[in-house]
Amino acid sequence: MATETVVHTALTLTDQLPALQIVVPFVAAPLIVLLGGRRWAWPIAFAASLASLVIAALLLASVLDGSIISYHMGGWAPPVGIEYRVDAANAFVLLLVSAISTVVLPYARTSIAREVSERHHALFYTAYLLCFSGLMGVAITGDAFNVFVFLEISSLSTYVLIAQGAERDRRALTASYDYLIMGTIGATFFVIGIGFLYMATGTLNLADLADRIADKGDSRTIRAAFAFIVVGIGLKVAMYPVHRWLPNAYTYAPSAITAFLAATATKVAVYVLLRFVFSVFQPAFIFEVHTLEFIILPFALVAMFACSFVAVFQSDFKMMLAFSSVAQIGYILLGISFLNETGVTAAVIHLFNHGITKAALFMAVGAYVYSAGGSFYDTMQGLGRRMPLTSAAVVIAGLSLIGVPGTAGFISKWVLVQGALEKGWWPVAILIVGSSLLAVIYIWRVIEVLYLQPTPEDSRVREVPMSMLVPIWIMTLACIWFGLNTDMTMSAAQAAARGLLAGSAGMMGQ
Amino acid sequence: MRHHLILRVVTKLLIGVIMLFALYVQFHGDYSPGGGFQAGVIMSVAFIIYSVVFSLADAQKVLPPWFVHKLMAVGLLLYALTGVYSMFAGYNYLDYDAINPEHPVSGQHNGIILIELGVGITVTAVMVTIFYAFASRTPPMDDEAW
Repeated sequence: MATETVVHTALTLTDQLPALQIVVPFVAAPLIVLLGGRRWAWPIAFAASLASLVIAALLLASVLDGSIISYHMGGWAPPVGIEYRVDAANAFVLLLVSAISTVVLPYARTSIAREVSERHHALFYTAYLLCFSGLMGVAITGDAFNVFVFLEISSLSTYVLIAQGAERDRRALTASYDYLIMGTIGATFFVIGIGFLYMATGTLNLADLADRIADKGDSRTIRAAFAFIVVGIGLKVAMYPVHRWLPNAYTYAPSAITAFLAATATKVAVYVLLRFVFSVFQPAFIFEVHTLEFIILPFALVAMFACSFVAVFQSDFKMMLAFSSVAQIGYILLGISFLNETGVTAAVIHLFNHGITKAALFMAVGAYVYSAGGSFYDTMQGLGRRMPLTSAAVVIAGLSLIGVPGTAGFISKWVLVQGALEKGWWPVAILIVGSSLLAVIYIWRVIEVLYLQPTPEDSRVREVPMSMLVPIWIMTLACIWFGLNTDMTMSAAQAAARGLLAGSAGMMGQ
Repeated sequence: MRHHLILRVVTKLLIGVIMLFALYVQFHGDYSPGGGFQAGVIMSVAFIIYSVVFSLADAQKVLPPWFVHKLMAVGLLLYALTGVYSMFAGYNYLDYDAINPEHPVSGQHNGIILIELGVGITVTAVMVTIFYAFASRTPPMDDEAW
């Protein structure tokens, strides 16, 4: 029997990068369980995270010129096979997630040692790596159902990680359970939406979906799919009316996990939303334009004000920041709802800038929990003098959260206001500035507690160890660096926005 | 259930058959309905019925919890490392052609058997772990703990 010989050209390491991006952390996770020792857990997790960061940087460097890398899982060509598709938009997200993870892990080692009992450490870092690879997977994959699978991997491990806060506060269990119920509803809605898309088009590949939807045009099935997907992902993003899981989950999770999740989990969900709204469904469909203008936009504005307002009246620093996160997600959604390149650029850049700002702030909260035993304003009184370095970081990152010129937060709000003006939406631009004033109030409350209130006489609080200070300050300096030097973030965000909007030719900038 | 003689004898007889059937579903899965998931569940049933009819302690003597935890990781690693092997051979991740480049069809065949074995091991371990977790549950928390 004559067999046809297929010539196979061996792939080089560079070709394998998209697969390695996921495989490295994913193999490291069971490896920790297999080796079992808590001694090995952290070094393996850190090595995997660092390797992912390097790979993400290499990938971003090769797609920044607008090219696309397509990797075929198992050698099956898309649209039948699962495709990993890297372009500027998701390479940017991959870099953000892996960079945050690599900075947070050294911090986690000290902070987790105090907050989670030692017998859980090996499984804790396993769950962490699974969550990390799930988030990376959501960003890198070009297959709609694969997005769902990775979303579930990251969500399920997130529930476990949040529940680990139970040793400090039992309410972590109910917070985690709340998130489990809400997250499952969100994932169900998302997968129903994908089911509708599959029914309408017969494909699951995102690029192929975009082509076929553009061909087929509007139909009731596609509208239903859009509605289910936006609501499902909206839950994961913590879009305003369905955000209630977020404050408790962030408040009661271990500090390092809060810092990691706040900077990555919702951001990856925003990326999925961007991908579906702009690449899969084109804004050429009037139902999409209406959804964005009459549903997403008003709720984004409500989130900016309502949640900032609630944040002002919190008495727990961590809870305050959690509510502020929902408000900040409002800015990102606002940028998306502008439907122009500047708006999407603002959304992408705020995704990054808010990520580093919140990572710095939540890590600082963890420092107070570590030293003073809590993050309530009562326990933090006058700690500005006891913990000068941590408190200085809080001030700088807080300024970035407000959007003071010279910090990263200013850049994203500046671009956002520009986007609003391009649209001619003056009132929206004023509201953006107005809601920043609320941020001034809630950040000022923290500064007042830290610096203007007397330190209790018997306080024995000391500055936290270097292993926590260095990550906090890396993020804090990043807030300043990306506020002064915007070349890298702006060009990446613009390339990402252009790539995302490419499917909607003719609709840009109107 | 010490005094249920019939149950105990029948269970002892059945366990072997259940395990054999699990292995059949596992390794015949590429020709007939079945595969790692189904086989894993059937295999775990053998251990679960043993611990229901005899006792949890007896089952954990056969299959200690720490060992089940390792099994979960082993199955997953078997799956993932099959893919890593094809990467080292210069193919895409999980491209089974790499296992036997001369005869890609046989490579595909062996590849699917390997990863299904990984799935089977992990599913068995996960099902048993879930059962252990429920069966050895500590009493619920009292209101004071909140």
